[in-house]
Amino acid sequence: MHFQLAWRNIWRNPKRTVVIMTAIIIGVWSMIFLGALMRGISDGMVRNGIATLTGHIQVHHKGYRNDPVVENSMIDPEVVKTAMERVLPAGAQWASRVRVNAVANNARHTAGVTFVGIDPAREARISFIGKAVTEGRYLRDDDKYGIVAGKALVDKFETKLGRKIIMMSQDTDREIASRAFRIVGIFEAEMQSTEKQFIFVTKTAAQHMLKLENGISEISIILPDQEGVKQVADNLRAAVPSADYEVQTWRELLPLITAYLAIYDGFMYIWFIVVFIAMGFGIVNTTLMAVFERIREFGLFKALGMKPRWIIKEVLAESFFILLIGTAIGNVLSFLSVFALSGNGIDLSALASGLEFAGMSRIIYPAIYSHDVIVANLVVFILGLLVSVYPAVKAARFTPVEALTHT
Amino acid sequence: MSIDIKMAWRNIWRNPRRSILTISAIAFASVLLVFMLSWQFGSYDTMINSAVKIHTGHLQVQARGYNDKKSIRLVVSDPAAVGNVLDDTPEVAAHTCRATAFSLVSSSERTYGVMVVGIDPVREAGVSTLKKMIRQGSYLSEDDTDQALVGELLARNLKVGLGDELVVLGQGRDGSVAATVVKVKGIYRSGMDEFDRSSINIPLKNFQDVYAMRGAVHEVVALGKSLEYVPEIKKAVAAGIEDIGNEGHLVVLDWMELMPGLIEAIQMDLYSGFIFYLILIVVVAFSILNTFLMAIFERTREFGVLLAIGTTPGRLSKLLLIESTIMTIAGIVVGIIAGSLVTGYFQVHGIVISGTSELMRQFGLPERMYPQLSMLSASIGPAAVLVITFLTALYPALKVRRLRPVEAMAGI
Repeated sequence: MHFQLAWRNIWRNPKRTVVIMTAIIIGVWSMIFLGALMRGISDGMVRNGIATLTGHIQVHHKGYRNDPVVENSMIDPEVVKTAMERVLPAGAQWASRVRVNAVANNARHTAGVTFVGIDPAREARISFIGKAVTEGRYLRDDDKYGIVAGKALVDKFETKLGRKIIMMSQDTDREIASRAFRIVGIFEAEMQSTEKQFIFVTKTAAQHMLKLENGISEISIILPDQEGVKQVADNLRAAVPSADYEVQTWRELLPLITAYLAIYDGFMYIWFIVVFIAMGFGIVNTTLMAVFERIREFGLFKALGMKPRWIIKEVLAESFFILLIGTAIGNVLSFLSVFALSGNGIDLSALASGLEFAGMSRIIYPAIYSHDVIVANLVVFILGLLVSVYPAVKAARFTPVEALTHT
Repeated sequence: MSIDIKMAWRNIWRNPRRSILTISAIAFASVLLVFMLSWQFGSYDTMINSAVKIHTGHLQVQARGYNDKKSIRLVVSDPAAVGNVLDDTPEVAAHTCRATAFSLVSSSERTYGVMVVGIDPVREAGVSTLKKMIRQGSYLSEDDTDQALVGELLARNLKVGLGDELVVLGQGRDGSVAATVVKVKGIYRSGMDEFDRSSINIPLKNFQDVYAMRGAVHEVVALGKSLEYVPEIKKAVAAGIEDIGNEGHLVVLDWMELMPGLIEAIQMDLYSGFIFYLILIVVVAFSILNTFLMAIFERTREFGVLLAIGTTPGRLSKLLLIESTIMTIAGIVVGIIAGSLVTGYFQVHGIVISGTSELMRQFGLPERMYPQLSMLSASIGPAAVLVITFLTALYPALKVRRLRPVEAMAGI
């Protein structure tokens, strides 16, 4: 009965109800939609970070992370491979690489780069480079002298496909090894810094140049399901000799992105609360108005024997309906807006250097996390009912005589 | 007029609870906006200042094209003449010259490719924070020649400490081999990993000898008295270098051109802030619209009487607008005062957002941040609140004009 009464009461003054619902709708919409945008930005960062050679999990020789040089290579990768075969879930992909700092130069220019020797077929399945070559071709297993360089680097070097680049790096004997490669492909990446940083050759060519034999610098693993990363990493850590190897997840490998994620989380919840407070004033005020308008009515109810508790319930039921309809429409609208943008995303290329500075992707695809939606709705709903208790209690306190004489 | 204000004032306090809630909603939005905008402006200032001090200075004179290509051949061949121009510009606080070349730097164990930067030790200290960043050893002194300052991460990568030797091998301006041996005199740390692992600094004179620069430099870096003077200085310097017969060879670049990412990131942050603030204000506006609307719902009879005794509809609208404006202004004033107090408190004590220090460091920001209260940051937000609530109040105020005396008096 409360519900029936409450439902009819809120439509006694439809304009007022619609106004407060609009406030709730815009509030809920902004919570979920802007939340989805922020998630989109952070997802983009994570995706980009993982694809830029990080992967979900990496295995290194102990000490490589602090001192990424050729001496800190894994001389016998077979140990790790057998461990991975045992531990990795079905569908996991991995690739091994040689990865050292090097100097690239041609007749006119010199630059410091990260020199990466890859297994072309395996690498294509786990990182961005497989799909990133826009000019020329990707590496082949038998490319002894082929090199794939980023567009920004090629432009800076004033060179092009087919030209030579000389790579120099320290080999295992601590001598400077140098070797000439020919540009077979040019890649483009999300960030210019990636294009300038990485330069790719085949793993065998790199091993040969650095006299590494079968040694590798790192193994990068992509799991079919991101949720299990920590568990798998723990298992793998237990399966390899801990004196020689280090196993780390992307969260440890990309501390800055992890920090960003924490800030975004915090910011989102602050935003939820702020929006709620802004709506809260309206909810209280509107409910108060609705209550004071009906002082006589409540007085009459009480004179007829209605218990104060029921009056509280009735007033709360009114807020309940307003909140319910408001949040429902707010949710639907935010889903629609996210859906409308999810196809093409929001293209921010016009601000490319700012995005690069902040480490963001050029296109933001809003992403709805069920967790955020639940939190947003709960915040509005629970706090909304909570602030309505004040007018409800007010209504329950009217004494029949006082109320009935009120005009 | 005064009677209208008096009426409006009394009307507001006919229902004090409601009015106070409305005023609080407006005050809440204002406090938040004052604080957030002060916070944003404060962090931009810190970010720009630290980036300018670590990297580029407020503006630089370079050879055309050097900024994109960083080629050793694109030089400012007469830095003294440019220096004179800068000396003649009163808003310039300090200036110095730098030269850079990418080179191989080897310790006994390791070799890395890094930027070797030639600096004028005395002048550099006036322009950049390099001297203050020294963590071990000491800064270069005027007559040092074969000494070097090394970034902390690079020193770790090279496995060198103070007094160790580094072999520098690069290419000179004329294409010749440039080679020298330097001793590590100091190790610096900026907190920005990229910066701390990518360069070493040697005295400019030594750089010019080793790289066959023939007295030339790559960048003439200037620091203005403050950020606001930059456009003025830029204009003066551009005119000045024309006078010394530059013939289009030299360009003047300000910090925004030298670090386009920084200014765009700031713009992005501002724009996204505006979206959030706008939505917040709209939610507040709808929240308080009901209070304004109640004016007509509740007082229809009263307005009917007022109309019947000859009040014009225009005057009724005015009355309602005065009511809502008084409430808005009350809210804004409370908001500005409270917001300024909160901001002022944090401006003195600073704010640490836990878990972000690593991230802040990479942008050259200190762990403890200070909002920066200014006329602008204290007024923009509340002004936006004023405009939007005024627009909101227009709806009921205009609606009241449609009342007909007889029907209105017959209403509730």
